[in-house]
Amino acid sequence: MTSLSPPPLPPPADVRLFPLGDAAVVLEFGTVISPATHRAIQAVGAYLAQHPFAGLRECVPAFTTLTVYYDLWLLSKNGQPPYETAEKILQELLPAALATEVAAVAAVVEIPVCYGGAFGPDLDAVAAHVRLTPAEVIARHSAPDYLVHMIGFAPGFPYLGGLNERLATPRRAQPRALVPAGSVGIAGAQTGIYSLPTPGGWQLIGRTPRRLFNPEWAQPSLLQAGQRLRFVPIDEAGFYRLQQHEH
Amino acid sequence: MSISILRPGLLTTVQDLGRHGYQKDGILVSGATDAVSLRVANLLVGNTEDAAGLEITLLGPRLRFDADHLIALTGAHLSPTLDGQPVGLNRPVWVAAGTELAFGTAVAGSRSYLAVAGGLAVAPVLGSRSTYLRAGFGGLEGRALRAGDHLPCAAPSATGRQLMAALAAAAASATWAQARWAPGPALCPVPRASPVVRAVVGPEYGQFSVESQQAFWQQPFTVTPEADRMGYRLQGPTLTRHTAAELLSSAVTFGTVQVPAGGQPILLMADHQTTGGYPRLAQVITADFSVLAQLRPGQTVRFAEVALAEAQALYLAQERRLRALRQAVETRTR
Repeated sequence: MTSLSPPPLPPPADVRLFPLGDAAVVLEFGTVISPATHRAIQAVGAYLAQHPFAGLRECVPAFTTLTVYYDLWLLSKNGQPPYETAEKILQELLPAALATEVAAVAAVVEIPVCYGGAFGPDLDAVAAHVRLTPAEVIARHSAPDYLVHMIGFAPGFPYLGGLNERLATPRRAQPRALVPAGSVGIAGAQTGIYSLPTPGGWQLIGRTPRRLFNPEWAQPSLLQAGQRLRFVPIDEAGFYRLQQHEH
Repeated sequence: MSISILRPGLLTTVQDLGRHGYQKDGILVSGATDAVSLRVANLLVGNTEDAAGLEITLLGPRLRFDADHLIALTGAHLSPTLDGQPVGLNRPVWVAAGTELAFGTAVAGSRSYLAVAGGLAVAPVLGSRSTYLRAGFGGLEGRALRAGDHLPCAAPSATGRQLMAALAAAAASATWAQARWAPGPALCPVPRASPVVRAVVGPEYGQFSVESQQAFWQQPFTVTPEADRMGYRLQGPTLTRHTAAELLSSAVTFGTVQVPAGGQPILLMADHQTTGGYPRLAQVITADFSVLAQLRPGQTVRFAEVALAEAQALYLAQERRLRALRQAVETRTR
């Protein structure tokens, strides 16, 4: 695969800091989803993981923000309001954090998907909406390398960027009460994978036998923000064969 | 040492202070909805504050202590009894093996906490014993308690053993005995019917119309029946933004007031999702989470604006009171 030179980082001055309640600082890297923004968030997240300041609780990356939760008690020691202390610490470390090398993702994670049929009950509806055949939808969905922008909604659920714009389809008018784990869905210009059986309104085009979340794993989410992912079509026999290895 | 569940109550779960550090994996924090009440209960039985106890919701369980234990009940007043006799809240209680705990009328509040000296010894998952119902892990098999369950308990601390011995000696032939002392109302408030909770403005506050901003601070909101550990849907004046722009999903947390397009706010609680895409109008301050936790469907709540620095000062004052209580309990056993 071709290697791309990293996109330029935003200067620290372009990062806006503001509070989320009394125990978190939001770092906002603009308001547009882009690989450069994503990389900046990854860099700062990696820096804080490697150099946690006293009182850092945890970081939650999202599309254009990194939210940093802090411990008010530990940040109150100097007599200043804890938010001011947290903001000052983050402002000071931002230049170094933005320059952090984000570990190159060694390989693209391949997610086998059995498209259509009982595993992808909305494939035909998506194909009709975008005026393609189901086979063309599968080909376009499994062609690109996707970027995992964030994990949210449910444990291990990846929000993926890079869906072929032609495949954008609105959510279902009526959400399903229960979407099986592993279901691969489309919602507007997004695609993602349901990691647990939950209610959901995304258009389901297939299902993967891979398990996306297991609390017993040292790293309980199969995917992390920053990873790249590709869907690989498999047939039903392949689905059941792979499923046996997963559970 | 264990506790047998005879009747589970409406929703009784094992909770500690939550599962921290995994929100980046989409794993929510969970933990006691009224964390202060759980921490007080733990301190009263000589536990560390993060020991696991029971979160009891509105309709309490019936359970039996299979060995001698030291317990404490805090939070909502759900008319607890031991072997049929009313027992006090907010104090250490020695119970003999075979004693039964039951609950009656819900007098005030909605969530009561039971701590047992040593803590509930269910297996931790990702560093916490909290039950995460939606994903089905933590606590006891990832679910609410059922009749027939047995909850294992760990050994009490030295403080817990001393408190227990002193109360057992005073009990004479009774099956239980409670301490005559209790912390003050600052840490053990009686839940109010129509409380005011304090909040700071949220990141999208400025996107709401001035009328909506004023309505939020001035008018009461009713907690609807759609109120659970994940969040409360509120009903009140319709809150509107002066922009229709969709937001990108970003972090949300306990106490976040989100406003979907319909204009009725949602208040996020202990089992809040890690990220959300609805505008965040306000954020209830950490020092008032316990007040939120004790609201019941049908009750009204009002919001009062405070500055961020004041919110943090109120939190620190609460933490100092908890530290003072820890010292006071230790002093009593010297």
